[in-house]
Amino acid sequence: MKETYFTDAINEATKEEMRRDPTVFIMGQDIRSAVYGATGGLLQEFGPDRVLNTPLSEAGFMGAAVGAAAVGMRPIVETMACFTYVGMDQLVSQAAKMRYMFGGQVQLPIVYRCLMFYGGSLAAHHSDRNYPIFMNIPGFKVAVPSNAADAKGMLKTAIRDNDPVMFFEDRNILATKGPVPEDEDFLVPFGVADVRREGTDVTVVAIAGSVPIAMDAADELEQEGVSAEVINPRTLVPLDKQTILESVAKTGRLVIADPAHKTCSAAAEISSVVAEEGFWSLQAPIKRVTAPNVHIPFSPALEPLCYPTKEKIVDAVRETLR
Amino acid sequence: MTEDRAVLMDMLYRMLRIRFFEERVITMVDAGEIKGAVHSYIGQEAVAVGTCVALRADDYITGNHRSHGHPLAKGGSMKGALAELLGKKTGYCKGKGGSMHLADFSIGILGESGIVASSMPVTVGAALGSKMQGTDRVAVCFFGDGASNQGAFHEAINLAAIWKLPAIFVCENNQYAITMAFQDSVAVENISDRAVAYNIPGVLVDGQDVIAMHEVVSQAVQRARSAGGPSLIEARTYRYEDHTVGLARIVKEPYRTAEEVEEWRNRDPIVIHRERIISQGIAAEKEVHKLEAKVRQELEEAVEFAYESPYPDASDLFEDMYADAIALE
Repeated sequence: MKETYFTDAINEATKEEMRRDPTVFIMGQDIRSAVYGATGGLLQEFGPDRVLNTPLSEAGFMGAAVGAAAVGMRPIVETMACFTYVGMDQLVSQAAKMRYMFGGQVQLPIVYRCLMFYGGSLAAHHSDRNYPIFMNIPGFKVAVPSNAADAKGMLKTAIRDNDPVMFFEDRNILATKGPVPEDEDFLVPFGVADVRREGTDVTVVAIAGSVPIAMDAADELEQEGVSAEVINPRTLVPLDKQTILESVAKTGRLVIADPAHKTCSAAAEISSVVAEEGFWSLQAPIKRVTAPNVHIPFSPALEPLCYPTKEKIVDAVRETLR
Repeated sequence: MTEDRAVLMDMLYRMLRIRFFEERVITMVDAGEIKGAVHSYIGQEAVAVGTCVALRADDYITGNHRSHGHPLAKGGSMKGALAELLGKKTGYCKGKGGSMHLADFSIGILGESGIVASSMPVTVGAALGSKMQGTDRVAVCFFGDGASNQGAFHEAINLAAIWKLPAIFVCENNQYAITMAFQDSVAVENISDRAVAYNIPGVLVDGQDVIAMHEVVSQAVQRARSAGGPSLIEARTYRYEDHTVGLARIVKEPYRTAEEVEEWRNRDPIVIHRERIISQGIAAEKEVHKLEAKVRQELEEAVEFAYESPYPDASDLFEDMYADAIALE
């Protein structure tokens, strides 16, 4: 295995799948220039017909992906998570609903790669962590990788999957490195959570960039003699309920770290699942460590208050142990 | 006349299919047999038919909420359409789409969209796929005057133009977006004038004349197939019914005059074409009657089929969500 940056893992997965399948192509804003890093070298290797720079027309190209997929292509669309709103009608009314509404006549193998640039003083318009919105829309699969290996294996699975996948990439881990298998058929299956660290006292389910933070929190808790199990669901749709429920059955306590806004977050859904199906395992109330229900402020003095931190996770765990 | 006899008769046949189908649908809506919103295509038949006669079976079309005319014009079955309107399992979409969302991918009908203008970018994608796959298939989008004011209209046509895609945008200007007159909602005199902004041909055509429609669309198809890029066609037409069947019971203030409706009814696309066929000796009246009887027969068989077809089972609720299935609850 080779140490690879998250962004390079995305790049490798894209190249491998484009080599493997001539129907795979990619489009998005400024992708030929690789402004966001993950599309470098694609134009040189695959040419302008399969690497399409788009104008600033989210409805146009997010919808064009649907039409192209409907006639047998496998588009990848690169965009920022905050721009999904600009193309939202195409995502929801077309990509998500088309197959079911037309009685299963069509399959839409599309990957919408959504970059989440929160945490960098970009303020309310460019700091979205909006994967929970898409969990509420049947028809999508929702993937949120949290390290380089998952980024590669999950993107390859997403490209080979025959349904629209909303694929969220967290800026706070784009520049982190990790071991990534070089096998071209390395796939991370959807709906299988990753137990990042085994533990016996508390279950910490962490999403996206909160995963490495939860791992740090687990290290600190270990110093206090608390054994935390850290689980990354990897895909939120489908959600591996079983792994979470089994962990809570073992630990009796659940903390969920999710950088999305609290209401109807991924954390909210996971809390509901455990309240419904794992209630009798719980020895303490579930704690959610999320962003509050305020918009992301610009000021560097305010923005860091919004997201899960090691301290917040440790405090939440302590509360469940009181 | 440049069209040959078979094509002219085919045009009449296809328009009659839509007219008779829609007339029956109205009685079924009034009887409470068809649920939900139903948008009648009566009055606009020449637009879909003139267009689809210019297409091959493997070309693509998309459309909007006024959705019965497009698939029937493309050759879709009446049986599947009527069964879908009744929510039956044998419908085009197994009863999951209903009146506003007919689709038959087996003959290039990529689906009607209940959201106005929403199928325009999808059409661009189908044209993009066609180009990438090296085929010469074209993709036609039917949309209304109301849709021309959506952002998706601009984004879709601009994308098709910069990428020189084989897309044809057919605006069915039936004069009203529900009750708002297009003159009040569009800043230019003709919607086709907007083609200038995309550096593509923009053509205004009489949407009540199926031959004129056919000629204009044929030119656009030829251009699209030979890598010439997209076209914008505005067909002036009229819907005889209100926006939805039965809307007159709700709308308190009239938005159009009886005289105006009458004027347009006097330019009925089927009457115009039928008279032309007979007066020019293309077919005897007896032959036209035979054709009408054939369509009525097809309709009766479709009605019987739709009534007798089963509804979906409760278990069908969970079918067709994902191509690669996941657990649903």
